[in-house]
Amino acid sequence: MAEILDYTIVSIILLAIGIYGLTVKRNFIRMLFAVEIIINAANLNLVAFSRLMPVPNSTGQTFALFSIAIAAAEVAVGLALIIVAYRIYRNIDIKGLKRLSG
Amino acid sequence: MMSDPYFIAVSVITVASAIIALEFRELIYGAIALAITLLGIAMFFVLLDATFVAMFQITVYVGAVVVLIIFTIMLVRREAWLKLDEGGRRRVMGAVIALAVIGLVGALLAGSSIARWQASENTPTLIQIGEEMLTYYSPAFIALAFTLAASVIGALVLAKVERGKEREMENEKEGGVEGTEGAGSEKGRGAEMEEGGR
Repeated sequence: MAEILDYTIVSIILLAIGIYGLTVKRNFIRMLFAVEIIINAANLNLVAFSRLMPVPNSTGQTFALFSIAIAAAEVAVGLALIIVAYRIYRNIDIKGLKRLSG
Repeated sequence: MMSDPYFIAVSVITVASAIIALEFRELIYGAIALAITLLGIAMFFVLLDATFVAMFQITVYVGAVVVLIIFTIMLVRREAWLKLDEGGRRRVMGAVIALAVIGLVGALLAGSSIARWQASENTPTLIQIGEEMLTYYSPAFIALAFTLAASVIGALVLAKVERGKEREMENEKEGGVEGTEGAGSEKGRGAEMEEGGR
């Protein structure tokens, strides 16, 4: 059984990879990948820290379940936005979406 | 510390496929690598004895989200993106930010008492999770149901397009700079679009 710290380290590495993807990538879908990786790093932390309770405690796992469901909703809306942006601009380069800012 | 070979194997797979998901040139292989990352997270949940969350993760993420992403990629794929260049400077800055995050949070963790914390062997049962979710967290559960319904309806409304309006938009685009799309590919796209919208 690995320690809690190990899971936290993996979670930090995944968070850093996600931040790298969000800052570097210009492709809309790649940025969505990065967001997914960050959300999963957070879920991993939730479940890992719920193991710290001496008494069996299901709060962490319940929160992780809620978080996964919310992330699924976010993906649905994000992909719809990608399709709309693609239909209007024929591209998913973030640079081309400047007209969205008004 | 770090004695579990399964843990090391799963973390190597997860981190490597996360990097591949962001860096592989072909977007669709990136999506498959993302699926492997999400499966790796599910394996972590299994190692943490949270089997129900692991099952949920596989069902929702690998079963639904990645399939949705792959459909969208097929829908909007175009060769030009492969040449989308981020630029070396941007890449270096991103790597610097990522390493700074690892360094800062790692330093914080190294200075904290978290390394001494022990994971308990007591894990909640599926019955406990279900009870808590449907009693104490039932308002959140209902709000979540409404949020999901609203997001699905919103996604459908966003992705839906009227036939005439689309043609109008196409004609507008054809006259513009990017009027390189063939007319033949437009017919197939309408059917695909409906599938991708779900």
